[in-house]
Amino acid sequence: MKDLGFSISQSRTIDLDKSDLSAYRRVVEKVPSAKLCLMCGACTATCTARNHTDFNFRKVHLLFRRGQFEGLAEELDKCMLCGKCRLVCNRGVNTRAIIYNMRIILENLNYKSIK
Amino acid sequence: MNKADVVVIGGGPAGIEAAYNLARDNHKVVLVEKEEEIFGHMQTAYTLFPNFQDASEIRSSLLQKTKHGNITLYNNAEVTQVSRENDFWRVQTINGLDFIAPAVLLASGFKTFDARYKEELGYGIYKGVITSVEFEEMLKVGKIQTANGEKPRRIAFLNCVGSRDEKVGNHYCSRVCCINAVKLSIEAKKQLPEVEAYCFYMDIRMSGQFYEELYRKSQEDFDVNYIRGRISEVAPTFDNRLQVKCEDTLSQTPLKMTVDLLVLMIGIEASEGTARIGEQVGVNGEYNFSKSISLHTADNKTKHRGFFLAGTCKRPLTVPETMADARAAALEIDLYLKSLSQ
Ligand code: SF4
Ligand code: SF4
Repeated sequence: MKDLGFSISQSRTIDLDKSDLSAYRRVVEKVPSAKLCLMCGACTATCTARNHTDFNFRKVHLLFRRGQFEGLAEELDKCMLCGKCRLVCNRGVNTRAIIYNMRIILENLNYKSIK
Repeated sequence: MNKADVVVIGGGPAGIEAAYNLARDNHKVVLVEKEEEIFGHMQTAYTLFPNFQDASEIRSSLLQKTKHGNITLYNNAEVTQVSRENDFWRVQTINGLDFIAPAVLLASGFKTFDARYKEELGYGIYKGVITSVEFEEMLKVGKIQTANGEKPRRIAFLNCVGSRDEKVGNHYCSRVCCINAVKLSIEAKKQLPEVEAYCFYMDIRMSGQFYEELYRKSQEDFDVNYIRGRISEVAPTFDNRLQVKCEDTLSQTPLKMTVDLLVLMIGIEASEGTARIGEQVGVNGEYNFSKSISLHTADNKTKHRGFFLAGTCKRPLTVPETMADARAAALEIDLYLKSLSQ
């Protein structure tokens, strides 16, 4: 399992100079509401996949936005695309479409999930 | 038809403060209030942020002001029609009153967001979920308790209910609820020192004078806890408490917690009267709040001569802002009336 930074000691620094920020731009092109996320976490808290996994959409979305792709493909596999998170989002973010597009882009970038 | 110099619509802080200042300038003011009681939302207030001013003192001061000899107050006088008649405005009410005046001041205020629209928060479904207004009423009578009449062990406050929320069509920030949650949590701790208080927020907006200090005080002296995350699920527990769920976004971990009371910090919307009269007269702006001709330089004037605005019919405002705005409106109207007699 890749380290997603859940441990107390941070394993790395996000170096924005060296991060690929273009992939996220492609997500935003497909899903403009992605820009509106204010990282409140309402989606993560209501997530159905959380009953049996530790999936955190808000965190995965933010890491992707920052160009930190390591381990994200596996994380995204935990999502069942049920769309419940979309119902609680107070910013009208199309969470489901973001997840779907992040998956495709990661696959094209050859970040394969272990599954 | 009764004549007046000004008809002030709304007997809350804005309407009363403006009426009083106009009366002092020797104008004959008719003040119409739709309810039996005056004071508007000040009616239910216990203390006011940021200095814990006793709201009953404000109420008596306002009541005193309505007694000015140049003010005639009409209660139960909901305005049904505002129309232009030559150079005058005609204001008619539900109880058959009919006034004509060169100037009208709209001070019809706000209403609070109906929390039932946020179904996932359980208001109207679980008894332990209450609004900030209901909590204020509990403080007022000194009885913070659950539906079963028990002392709560833990209270959660949730910010931004009905504000900053695309789902309910309100994109704006209501401005007063962050600081009000700080105030309410401190008041809760004063009345029940052993209670645990948690505030859930997306952003803490402490922009007014002494707000940041009060926020700090709530942490330093009252042990109020702050969690950055929006509660998105509420469910009852077997022992009739409530489980709330959010993401503790700063530790990046989902969080759940059992509470006895969940207080929803409901936002500010244009009142029905504001929306309706604004529509009739044609001064409705975004979200049905009334629109002045210039936010920066003529915020009490509208595109109609003689039709003025004061207070929260325009946007969410604090009490001091509302009162100051009312005095500014009175000054504008005074100048306007004087210009007519010249
Ligand atoms: S609920 Fe919406 S605004 Fe909040 S973190 Fe999730 S996507 Fe972003
Ligand atoms: S004042 Fe605070 S609680 Fe109220 S809407 Fe604005 S951010 Fe939310």
